[in-house]
Parts: sequence; C-alpha cells; structure tokens
Amino acid sequence: MKNVLEFLESSAPRFGGKTAFSDGEESLSFSELLRLSRAGGSALIERGLKSEPVAVFMKKAPGTIAAFFAVIYAGCYYVPLDASMPLFRLQMILERLRPRAVIVDDSTRSLAASLAPEGSVMAAQELFSAGENASALAAVRAQSIDTDPAYIVFTSGSTGIPKGVTGCHRALIDYANALCPVIGAGEESVFAMQVPLYVDACMKELLSVIKCGSTAYIMQQSMFMSPIRAVEFLNEHRVNTLCWVASALTIISGLGAFEDVKPQFMRTVCFGSEVFPVKQLRLWQEACPGARFINLYGPTEATGMSFYFVVDREFKDGEIIPVGRPFDNTGFMLLRDDDTQALPGETGEICIRGTALTHGYYDDPERTAAVFTHNPLNPHYPELIYRTGDLGRLNERGELVFVSRKDHQIKNMGHRVELGEIEACADGCEGVVRSCCLFDKQKGKLFLFYMGSADEKTLGRYLRGMLPRYMLPSKTKRLDALPLLENGKIDRNSLMEM
Amino acid sequence: MDEILEILDGLGLDADFENCTTLVDDGILESLDIVTIIAELSDAFDITIPARDIVPENFNSAEAMLSMVNCLLDE
Repeated sequence: MKNVLEFLESSAPRFGGKTAFSDGEESLSFSELLRLSRAGGSALIERGLKSEPVAVFMKKAPGTIAAFFAVIYAGCYYVPLDASMPLFRLQMILERLRPRAVIVDDSTRSLAASLAPEGSVMAAQELFSAGENASALAAVRAQSIDTDPAYIVFTSGSTGIPKGVTGCHRALIDYANALCPVIGAGEESVFAMQVPLYVDACMKELLSVIKCGSTAYIMQQSMFMSPIRAVEFLNEHRVNTLCWVASALTIISGLGAFEDVKPQFMRTVCFGSEVFPVKQLRLWQEACPGARFINLYGPTEATGMSFYFVVDREFKDGEIIPVGRPFDNTGFMLLRDDDTQALPGETGEICIRGTALTHGYYDDPERTAAVFTHNPLNPHYPELIYRTGDLGRLNERGELVFVSRKDHQIKNMGHRVELGEIEACADGCEGVVRSCCLFDKQKGKLFLFYMGSADEKTLGRYLRGMLPRYMLPSKTKRLDALPLLENGKIDRNSLMEM
Repeated sequence: MDEILEILDGLGLDADFENCTTLVDDGILESLDIVTIIAELSDAFDITIPARDIVPENFNSAEAMLSMVNCLLDE
C-alpha cells in the first residue's frame, strides 16, 4: 500500500450506499465520495495540475472532504483554508503558496476571488460534475510514491508567519493503522466531528471512515452554543465515538447539560490537544458509564497523534492524566538540554522518530532544520527526529506525562498558539513599543500587556484584523513600562500577578 | 443592565453590545464566550444558569441576557 486513497478504494465497494460523511443537510455515501473524488481528480489533471499544492477553501461540509481526496487523486496535495481564518492569515498563506488552483464553494467564492492568484479559483461543483478519466487517474497513481505529500496544514509560528506542515501518504497510512485499533474504529463506529477541517486533528475521523467504514457526522461550531442541543445531536445520530478537544467536552459537561440529557450510545471518548480537567472527565464518565476514555497527544509535525493513554484508574482533582505510550511503530525519547537521554522520572524534551514524521515546513528549510534534526543518540546512520518543544517525563508506571512547553507556546481551545506570534503582531501596531502576552491557564485566557502611545481600543481593533479568534487576548492593558528581569527579559511572573 | 454590559465589554470584542440583537446568530459571540459570560453572570448575580437556558436565543442580545437573569432571580 502506498497511497492513502487505497483505503477509500477498498471500502467504497464494501460499504457502497452507506453514509460516509454527513452534516445533517448534505450526505455522501462511500460510493458517492469515491465518485466525486475521482471526477474532481480527473478535472484537476485535465487542468494541468501536477504534484503541487491545491488550496481547498470551503465550508465545513462533506463535499469539502471529497475535494481533499480529489486533490490527492490528481497527485497533488491539499491545503485546507477556512473563512474563519483572519484575512491577513489567508493572504499570507496564499502568498506563500501561490497555488494555481483554489477550490471554492458558494460561501467562499467571492472572498477567494479577491485573495487568490488570478484564474486560480475553481468551483468544487464544476470539478465534481466532470466525467471520470480512469486512465489519467491510473497514470498519476502509477507514478506516485508513498513519500509524496498528501496535505499541508498551517500552524502558528512564533515570528508571526504560519508554518505549513507537509504530511505524506506513508505517514498517514501508518497513522491510520496505529490509530484505528486504539480508538476501536470499525464499521459500526459513528463519529461526531467537532474539530475544523483545516487542522490535522480531523484526520482521526477521515481515516477511520475511509479505512474502517465508519460514519462521521459533521458538527458546526454553532452547535456548541447550546450544550443540550449538542448532546441531542449525538443521540439523534446514534453517535458512539468522539475525538474532541478538551474545551468542547468541557462546554458540554461544565455547563450542566448532563443534568437534562446524556449521550446514550457512547463507547469511546477521545480527548486531546490540551489538558482535560479531571473534574470534567469524571462528569463525562458518570454520564457515559460504559464508555472508554482515551487521552491523545501528538504534534502536527508527527502526523496527527503520537501517544495515547486509556484511562484505567481514578484520578484526583488537579492530577494530570498521562499521555501514556506511543502508537505502534512510533518511537520517542526524552532529551536533556545537552542532547543526552533523560533518566526515568527526569524531565526532558519529547522527541519523536519514525514513519510518523512529516516532511517539515513547506518552503521553509530554516525553520524545518531547527526542529527536524539528526537523532543525537544515534551516531551510526542518518536518522531524523522531531523535537516537539514539549517537556515530559516518565512516571513510576512508565507512562509519559506532559510537563509543560519549553517555549511560550500554549493551547487555547485546542489550537496551538505561540504567544510570540501574538506579541509580534501587537508590536506591528502603530504606537506599540513592546508587548508581552501571557496565558492564564486556570481561566484559559490570554492577556496582553504593552507599552507605547497606542490606546487599548486601537490595539484591540488592530489585533482583531490580524489574528484568528482563538489568538485574541481577552484583555489588553497599557503600561508605562513593562517590568524587566536583570537579564533584560520581560518579567512574565510579575506581569502574571497583575 | 450596566452589569451585563460591563461583562460583555470585558470580552474585548468590537461590538455594539447595547443595541445588537444578533450576537450569536452573527457569530460575534462564540461558544467559549458563552462559557465566560455564564461564569461571570453566575458570579455577578449569584445565580445558577441551567443548561436548558443555554440556547442562542438567550444570548443574542444584552436585553435577552437580562431577562434570562431576571427570570432566574425570580425563581
């Protein structure tokens, strides 16, 4: 097996008319998904696209997933973009990639036309309505290899320039093979997709559906405005498997939805991307007594998730749930600052090796080389590791426990946020001399302090135009001077107390 | 009303909270904001907002939030 589409090609004949993806309005069966993907792929080949990035700028809907696969059928790699990304970020990504094709739907067409290179915008519906060209598709496949890219997803970068993580077929296939048994994905699995399609977190559902014949129901973010309606959605579609960020699970349990309605069919609840408070975990466990709960952890740079921990015991309030052990065929090591191996119990940087590694950052050799490095523990032959920047240690049971970030990257609503990117952005506002962004873990809020002549409202307005919603500080405060440490660095601790 | 507007202004968003009646429908408030607002309303008015009241209609305007709070205070 060398191409991730082989999963779809083997499941489509088996599951035919069964629903693969649905958002309640539009549904795609396995055979329709395959048909649209092949038709779209043929149309892209026809337009001369080949081994290049193709942007998919569409709403969160089943057709968008068909567009992803169409891009892959054409031997290209898809770059998911979303209308909820700030204009500035979309511009930056499109300028960096200069894609020759940007696939849109009715909801994004006019915005895309104003941002994308001339002549690059094409409607998904048109591509899908083209006829299939089986021999062209076969010719592309014959030339493809498993280290070819399948997608690029953009993540936050500390300099303010997003990084395009480039993932390949081989790593996706490896991920699917390791992940599906852990989360118990099968043809009877029904997922409710909470995460957006423009992050790699959605691979859990995408891969489970095409590999195992599961069904996934797409949830819009607005669904979480009413926790009871969200749970009713789960029951209405007999959803039994969730892979959600901890904040989404917390919205349901923390706002008391379970007092009125409980998920009735739940078998597996995976949480990840950020710390899930034990109190909330317990509420979910009480509401879904038969379900397994799994903590997932992993960086985008190592293709989806890399570690898992099946909750097998009770945790005390405030205790940290381990991230456990690596997925099958993924290796890791904990490195000290001097690149030697940390002892059991000692904290070190979590570094990952194996097929799971992505190719690094698109068109960005410098930032790639900084974190994808030679394995310092192996002097014998070239071997890459990915340095996550996360600190971890092994507990007395030999389980990996996440300790903290090495730098100032945090997670807000499950999104990776580099505090440095927010600062870099604020520093770009006229009248701001220097800024410092802090994250209050307990409240889950971002705070920005700055010095300069700009008033708080002006800076707030500026930031809203530049940053995605989850990166916006809850409070912006002007100070006459930022407190400094003796070494000249900003004294973050004393700011935290303000 | 002033207390509610103060809570909303504290979110750091650019919106006319006094007059807007489509805060949720137009995506000005997101689910995480609702969580924050609920926590702050609960503190400020010493109430518990049950999950059944957490629906978009009750958060579309400051007015709607006020009447929800008043209902809960009356109970």
